[in-house]
Amino acid sequence: MTTKDLISLLPLLAIAATALLVMLAIAVRRSHAIAMAVTVLGLCAAFACLFVAGPLAPHDVTPLIRIDSSALFYIGLILAGTIAVVFLCYGYFERQRGSHSEELYILIGLAALGSATLVSASHFASLFLGLEILSISLYGMVAYERDRKASVEAGLKYLVLAAGSASFLLFGIALVYFELGTMEFGKMAQAAARTGRDSSVIAVGLILILVGIGFKLALVPFHMWTPDVYEGAPAPVTAFVATVSKGAMFALLLRYFDRAGLRSDTVLLVFSIIAVASMFAGNLLALLQNNVKRILAYSSIAHLGYLMVAFEAGGDMAGSVVAFYLVAYFATMLGAFGVVTILSTPGNDLGDLASYRGLFWRRPLIAGVFTVMLLSLAGIPLTAGFIGKFYVVAAGASALLWFLVFTLVVTSTIGLFYYLRVVVALYSHIPETAAAATPSLQGGSLSLTWALGVLTTAVIAIGCYPSPVLRLVQTMIAGSH
Amino acid sequence: MILAWLIVILLAAGLLATVAARWSVALSRWICLAATLIDFGLIIFLWIRHTSQFTLDSGTWLEQVDWAWIPEFGIHFHLALDGLSLLLLALTFFLGVLSVLCSWTEVTESVGFFHLNLLWILAGIAGVFLALDLFLFYFAWELMLVPMYFLIALWGHERRIYAAVKFFLFTQFSGLLMLVAILVLYFLHHANTGIYTFDYQQLLHTPLSSRAALWIMLGFFAAFAVKLPLFPFHTWLPDAHTEAPTAGSVILAGLLLKTGAYGMIRFVVPLFPDAARGFAPVAMILGVIGIIYGSVLAFGQNDLKRLVAYTSVSHLGFVVLGVFSWNELALQGAVMTMLCHGVSTGALFILTGALQERTHTRELGRMGGLWTTAPRLSGAGLYFALASLGLPGLGDFIGEFLVLLGTYRAHPGLAIVAAIGVLAATFYALRLVQRAFHGPNENGWAISDLAPREGIIIALMAGSLLWLGLYPQPILSTFSPALHALETASQSHRRP
Repeated sequence: MTTKDLISLLPLLAIAATALLVMLAIAVRRSHAIAMAVTVLGLCAAFACLFVAGPLAPHDVTPLIRIDSSALFYIGLILAGTIAVVFLCYGYFERQRGSHSEELYILIGLAALGSATLVSASHFASLFLGLEILSISLYGMVAYERDRKASVEAGLKYLVLAAGSASFLLFGIALVYFELGTMEFGKMAQAAARTGRDSSVIAVGLILILVGIGFKLALVPFHMWTPDVYEGAPAPVTAFVATVSKGAMFALLLRYFDRAGLRSDTVLLVFSIIAVASMFAGNLLALLQNNVKRILAYSSIAHLGYLMVAFEAGGDMAGSVVAFYLVAYFATMLGAFGVVTILSTPGNDLGDLASYRGLFWRRPLIAGVFTVMLLSLAGIPLTAGFIGKFYVVAAGASALLWFLVFTLVVTSTIGLFYYLRVVVALYSHIPETAAAATPSLQGGSLSLTWALGVLTTAVIAIGCYPSPVLRLVQTMIAGSH
Repeated sequence: MILAWLIVILLAAGLLATVAARWSVALSRWICLAATLIDFGLIIFLWIRHTSQFTLDSGTWLEQVDWAWIPEFGIHFHLALDGLSLLLLALTFFLGVLSVLCSWTEVTESVGFFHLNLLWILAGIAGVFLALDLFLFYFAWELMLVPMYFLIALWGHERRIYAAVKFFLFTQFSGLLMLVAILVLYFLHHANTGIYTFDYQQLLHTPLSSRAALWIMLGFFAAFAVKLPLFPFHTWLPDAHTEAPTAGSVILAGLLLKTGAYGMIRFVVPLFPDAARGFAPVAMILGVIGIIYGSVLAFGQNDLKRLVAYTSVSHLGFVVLGVFSWNELALQGAVMTMLCHGVSTGALFILTGALQERTHTRELGRMGGLWTTAPRLSGAGLYFALASLGLPGLGDFIGEFLVLLGTYRAHPGLAIVAAIGVLAATFYALRLVQRAFHGPNENGWAISDLAPREGIIIALMAGSLLWLGLYPQPILSTFSPALHALETASQSHRRP
């Protein structure tokens, strides 16, 4: 390994070091605040390393890892998302005195490392490695509240399904390798052209890989686990599953198909079907829910369906749309789960829609923040979600994907129903007697308040003036060639 | 610059009013009143400043701002004012002032948030009337929805949630269709010229195949037809108008519906003149159906607000008729109808609101004989009912008369049928007056007459209607050059 390799790898090394440091810090002194501070500082240092590694990009560090502008961008996004989750976790577990919440930060660090590996992978081996690091940390994170039945159940469910999906992925990888004789993304197009054999085995392999990835992304029909895990996991962990883990997977999906150049009609057709099914199922099933965490779970299914529309469009457009949409989606989803976190008490996540009734009259600011997030998810102007939705529709229209665009239009209108249902609940009046009966809502800790403040500002700022983010995204795309 | 201020003042005052309401509810109301008055003053100032420029050959814009907003997509913050926008803005701020005034005692719950919503709707409407960038237009178009939704859902009457959701879904879905249409136009323009732009004036001259033009036009048309509302897309309207608080009804009927008509005039016909010409018979027939259907249903209503709501369907039918006849007289009539309908229907909603505040009912059957106990209120009711039926001397007459005259040139048959609608208006308007104000006071109502605040509102509206009816020339000469420019823009189109 040359120095150049090491410098390029610095962000990943810094994340790994963070996890180790947290472990050592806990061994020296068990303190929630110290563990959290070390994590945040380490992740910030990793973020700073991006700028050190930046000038060298694109750089292949062994055939496994390729640090290019898109990898750096997504690592940055993952780090920002993870830092937000750390803040949420601190606020959430701080109330739970006496429990050992420090080790959670090791898991979060490792999960971030796995995600960062995924988005910089250029080889099936590193893909699988990253995926497993991410998944195994997530099992622990989802089941972290081991005294709570729902949390443990969610962890187990996640374990079984993720392990199952990983085997699909492995089988798919094996088939593609069998046909092409290479595991490097960059060499696949060449190999496919050279062998010139019937590509149906490759197509099957790709679809199996998609099954594996689809589980992680919770695309329909691989979405069954999502609502239960979202509901069962502690709210900040749910935020991580919904954003960082999904975002990294989607970036990987795009990266793989971009670099391997294996888009065939069969594969695209399967993708279209999955996209349409996700948009419909996500939005329709959300209508039936009475739990805010489950509503957000289905909403995230639908949003991944919208992202698939952008993916279908292909080309540079897809790259920049996905990147922008993920930024908007991260800020919004983290904000939405941040609100759930701030309202939850340990061992009792506030999910029931009824307990959100009239929130505005008790805690106007939090209700206001939640409104902004919900409107952003619905894609209403002045929020980041609006620009994101606009961009996705633009991508679909530019690629003439009329059926997908029309599905998007119809389903996002259906989606409005349940966002509005929550919004109306927030602002509805409740009789005084009922108000006393609803669970008393804890005051948010400082870290939670700050995290929410920053996220809300980001959502509104991107919604009003998206130019800086767009420029960043387009520079990233231009640099990845 | 002044155009951006018009919007910024409203947005900022909305936030300020919300904060101010924590200390003093009255302060919040005064801030709103001041903001709307300032905007009204500014628009009058602009009107006076540009009076000399309203000549037929000045196709240029009176005022413009053009800032790069999202240059990556070719999106500009481009606002521009011509005579048409100017008058509609004047109407917007006029009704804005009045709706702040008319909710002075009606709204007592979370006053700050109410005013935030009220002012932000007005800001969205002002944005719609000024935007010359299609993205900005869509942005403003969507922006007015959410506060309107809140206004209905939080301060409305019995079935407010149902009405608010219905309103939101109808407008949102049709709005998304318009978004797709805008984007297709954007990409087609890029395919032709290599330039990514949402600018109205550049997109005006996009050569389109007739099939593409028809589909894109239908996307725009859907959004505007729902907002207008054109039969059969009107079903959200009676619910929304009936359940909204008075200020909401005034803004809905007076302004939101006008954004649909404005969109037809500004965008549908000039951008796609050939497609619009081909589609005109369909639109005009729907308009005529709306005229008759609205009148007939209005006649059958027992809920006062629902009655007035259906008259809107009827009046806006005239606007569609005028727009799609697309000749000078008919267009002038359409714009006149828009302005006058805004005032007269707004006034009817304010009176209904005043009645409801006093009697706690909107049922026509439970009223009657109110003239004896509240003569000023009842007199005002008669006045605006007469305006609504198109009594010569009041504004609505001018508008409908011009529309019929213009339509007669293009499609005599439709004009004749539409004229029956004018007749039908007499029935519902007189029935309203008869049932509510005349006859014996069987229920023993003893209500207070119009308070000075309400009296001023009503007098202002009555006066402006009279002015529009007796001396419409200043208005006509203000918007005629703008309409003329639009007509030439639509003619200079070249087929590909």
